[in-house]
Amino acid sequence: MSLLSLRGLTKAYPGVVANSDVSFDIAPGEVHALLGENGAGKSTLVKTIFGLVRPDAGEMTLSGRPYTPARPGDARAAGVAMVFQHFSLFEAMSVAENIALGMEAAQAGRDLPARIRSVSAEYGLPLDPDRLVGDLSVGERQRVEIVRCLLQEPRLLIMDEPTSVLTPQEVEVLFATLRKLSAEGVAILYISHKLEEIRSLCDRATILRGGRVVGSCVPAQETAKSLAEAMIGSALARPVAKSHAVGGIVLELAGLALPSPDPFGTSLRDVSLSLHKGEILGIGGVAGNGQEELQAALSGERRVAPGMIRLRGQEIGALGPNRRRALGLCTAPEERLGHAAAPEMTLTENALLTGLTRERLANGGFVKWRATASFAEAIVRRFDVRTPGVDHAARALSGGNLQKFVVGREVLQKPDVLVVNQPTWGVDAAAAAAIRAALVTLAAGGAAVIVISQDLDELMEISDRLAVLAGGRLSAPRPAASLGIDEIGLMMGGSTVKDAGETHAPA
Amino acid sequence: MLRLEARREPSRAMLLLTPVLAVALTVLFGGALFAALGKDPVAAMRVIFVDPLFDPYSRSELMVKGAPLALIAIGLSLGFRAGIWNIGAEGQFIMGAVAASAVALAFYDVQGLWLLPLMLVAGTAAGAGWAMIPAVLKTRFGANEILVSLMLVYVAEQFLIAMVSGPLRDPQGFNFPLSRSFHDSAVLPVLMEYTRVHVGVLVTLLVVIAAQVLMSRHIFGFRIRLSGEAPRAARFAGVDRAHVTWACMGLSGAAAGLAGMFEVAGPAQQLAPSLPVGYGFTAIIVAFLGRLSPPGIVLAAAIMALTYIGGETAQFALGIPAAANETFRGMLLFFLLGLDILVRYRLVPKRREART
Repeated sequence: MSLLSLRGLTKAYPGVVANSDVSFDIAPGEVHALLGENGAGKSTLVKTIFGLVRPDAGEMTLSGRPYTPARPGDARAAGVAMVFQHFSLFEAMSVAENIALGMEAAQAGRDLPARIRSVSAEYGLPLDPDRLVGDLSVGERQRVEIVRCLLQEPRLLIMDEPTSVLTPQEVEVLFATLRKLSAEGVAILYISHKLEEIRSLCDRATILRGGRVVGSCVPAQETAKSLAEAMIGSALARPVAKSHAVGGIVLELAGLALPSPDPFGTSLRDVSLSLHKGEILGIGGVAGNGQEELQAALSGERRVAPGMIRLRGQEIGALGPNRRRALGLCTAPEERLGHAAAPEMTLTENALLTGLTRERLANGGFVKWRATASFAEAIVRRFDVRTPGVDHAARALSGGNLQKFVVGREVLQKPDVLVVNQPTWGVDAAAAAAIRAALVTLAAGGAAVIVISQDLDELMEISDRLAVLAGGRLSAPRPAASLGIDEIGLMMGGSTVKDAGETHAPA
Repeated sequence: MLRLEARREPSRAMLLLTPVLAVALTVLFGGALFAALGKDPVAAMRVIFVDPLFDPYSRSELMVKGAPLALIAIGLSLGFRAGIWNIGAEGQFIMGAVAASAVALAFYDVQGLWLLPLMLVAGTAAGAGWAMIPAVLKTRFGANEILVSLMLVYVAEQFLIAMVSGPLRDPQGFNFPLSRSFHDSAVLPVLMEYTRVHVGVLVTLLVVIAAQVLMSRHIFGFRIRLSGEAPRAARFAGVDRAHVTWACMGLSGAAAGLAGMFEVAGPAQQLAPSLPVGYGFTAIIVAFLGRLSPPGIVLAAAIMALTYIGGETAQFALGIPAAANETFRGMLLFFLLGLDILVRYRLVPKRREART
C-alpha cells in the first residue's frame, strides 16, 4: 500500500507546461528519488505536494485518502514536511527561536530546547538550540531545517537538493540520518541531479524530463551513465578540448586580505595567486567561504591595498570597477538579478552597465544608445539568448538566458582576465554547456579565466588548475588532471572544520 | 474576490493610466469630503478644476504657481529615481529666498543688470548648501536623509522669521516682520503684460528640458536610475553611492533654492514670513504624479497649480476650509502611491477553492 500516490498531475504556467500528467507512488519507508535537469518540473511537482502550487488537473491521495493541501500548513498537518534548498532562517536568532517560528504555535512549547536536543541526538544531527544561526555553518543550518521537520514527526519528508551546499563528509552524515528515518517508516522524496548520490541512497527513482515522467527505475541497478542519458535524453554539446599553450603571468594576488563588514560574513585572509595567460583556474569550495568577497575584491566593488592585486604588473587594488575594466579585468557576479543585471532595466541598458568603458558607449558623457543597442544585440545573437528583443526588461528573461547574457556581455568585451562566479548556477544543461564552451574559447584566445563554482564536476571539466576556498583562505592551486574528487572534498571539508570557529566568529 | 498576480514586466499602460485614475479617485473622494462638510461637491469641483481654466488671469496664475512646483519637483525627481529621499525642499526653498533677499537688500540703493544673476547664484547656492547638510550626514554617518531634511525645514522656517524680524526687517516698516519691497533691479522682468508671469517660468522650462536630456541621454542620468533600481548592480557598474547622493541632494536643493529666489524676486518682491506656502511639500506629490519624468512633472505641476488657484477661490466663494484643500492634495498622493501596485501586479478573480 502506498503512502502518497500521484495521478495525472498537470500544471501549466503562461508559455510553459511545468508538469504534464505526472503519476507515481511512494511507499512508507521508501527513499524515492525525483531526478531531472533544471527546468524538468521537479520544483513545481514538490511545491504541489507541499501545498504551494495548485495543480490544474490530477489528484493526490495520502494513505488512501484524497489529499488536496491548499497551503503548506495543511501539508504539515497531514504529515508532509519539506527541507528547501534555500533556507528560511533568521541569522540573528537562536536555533530554538528559528525552529519555534516555523511551527504551529501549539507545538512550540517551553520544552522545545529539550526536544530539539533529544531529536538531534537521536538522529545523529548534533545541534545546540541556544546558538545563533548566524554562527552556524551551512551544513549546520540545514540541520536546523531538518530538525524543524522531524519535530513534527512527518510521514513524508521532501528534500530539495540537500547536498548542493554540503561537503562530501557532511553528505555522509546526512545520508545516515535519512537511512535511519527510512528504517523507521518515514518516506523520503529526494530531489537531486547528482547521480552517484541517488545510486547509493535511493530505493527507487522517477525521472522527469520536460514536465513528464519519462522513466522509473531502481537506481542501484543502473549506472550513472544510463541515469544521465535517461535524464538528459540527448547528447550534450561538450566544451572544446584544452589544447592551447599557457603563457606568462597576467594577474597576481599577493596576501589579499579583506575584512567582512557583515558579522556573519567571511573575511578573506592572505589569498595569493598567480594567473597565467590562456589558463582557466577553477576555485571550488562550499558556498559562504569567501566566494562573494573574492569576486567583489577582484571586480573593484570592494577596494584593497594597491599592491594586493596586480594586473600585468600594475597595482590595481585601489581602483574602481570601471578603471579595472579599462585595463582588461572583467567580472560576472553570481547573483544575476540585482547584481550582474538591473532587473527592471532593458537588455540594452544592462549592456551599458559594464560595457560602457571597453565598448566606448558614451561620447562626452552622452550615451550612444544606438551603439549600445547593437552591442546588446550582438550578445543576444552570439550567445543565443532567447528574448523577443533587447528593449525587454532583464527580469523577463529565464535564468539560463539571462546568465548567457551576463557572461556573454563580459566575453564579448574581450577581457584579458575574466572572473566568473557560479557561471552555470540554476542554468539548464544546454545553456551551461554553451557558457562553459565560451569560457574555454576565451581562454584559448589567450585570456586568463577564473571560474568560481560549487559544482565540482564543472570545475574538473574546464579547469587547468584548481584551488579551493575554505574559511576565506585559498589553497595552493594544483593541476586539475592530477586531482580526484575525493581529494578536493577533503581540501574543502578539512579546512572548513579546522577554521570553523574563527570563520564564523563575529568581527 | 480579487487577488494580485505579479506581472512579468511592469505595465506601460498602467504606468500612464494610474495617475489619471488617482486624479479621478481624488475627485470622487474629495467630493465626498466636501459633501460631508455640507458643501455642494459638484460646485466645489467646478470651482477648483474648471473655472480657473476659463479665466485669463487664472490661466496666467497657473504658470506663476506651476513653475515653482515643476522646478522643485524636477530636482526632487532626480533623487527619487536614485532612491534618495529629499523631503526638505520646503526648507531649501526658504533658504534660497532668504539668501536672494539678503543680496537684493544689501544692494538696495544700487542699480544694475548684474544684481538678478547675483541673487540667482546666492539663492541656488543657499538651497544646495542647505540640502548638502542631510547629504553629508547620510554619507558620513548613515543618518536618514528623510528625517534630517524634513527637520531642517522647521529650522529654515525659524531662520526666515528671525531674518525678517531682525537684520532684513524694513527700517520704515513699523516693526512689522517684513523686508523692504525690492527695487526694480532686484525684480524679475514680467513676460506678459498685466500678469505676474516672470522670466523664472522660462528658466523653469529650460531646466525641464535639461533634466529630460540628462535622464534619457547622459550617463549620469543612467547612473542615477541604476542606483535607484538596483543598488548592488550600480556598485558593480562602478557607481559611487556617495557621489550620487551628493549630486542628487545638491541638485534638488539648488532647484528648490532657485524656485525660492524666483518666488521672492517675482510674485512677492519682498521677504515675508508668509512666503512659503508649501510648494516644497506639494512638489513631492507633483514628482510622483508626473511619474518622475520631466514631461509628466510639467503636466502634474499644472494640475496641482489648478488645485491651489481653484482651492483659494473655493475658500472664499464656497467657504471650504484651507485644511480641506490640504487633505485634498494629500488624498491625491495617497491614491497615487496605492494604485502604483497595479503597475507591477494585475488583479485577477480569485478562484473559489483557493479560499477553502
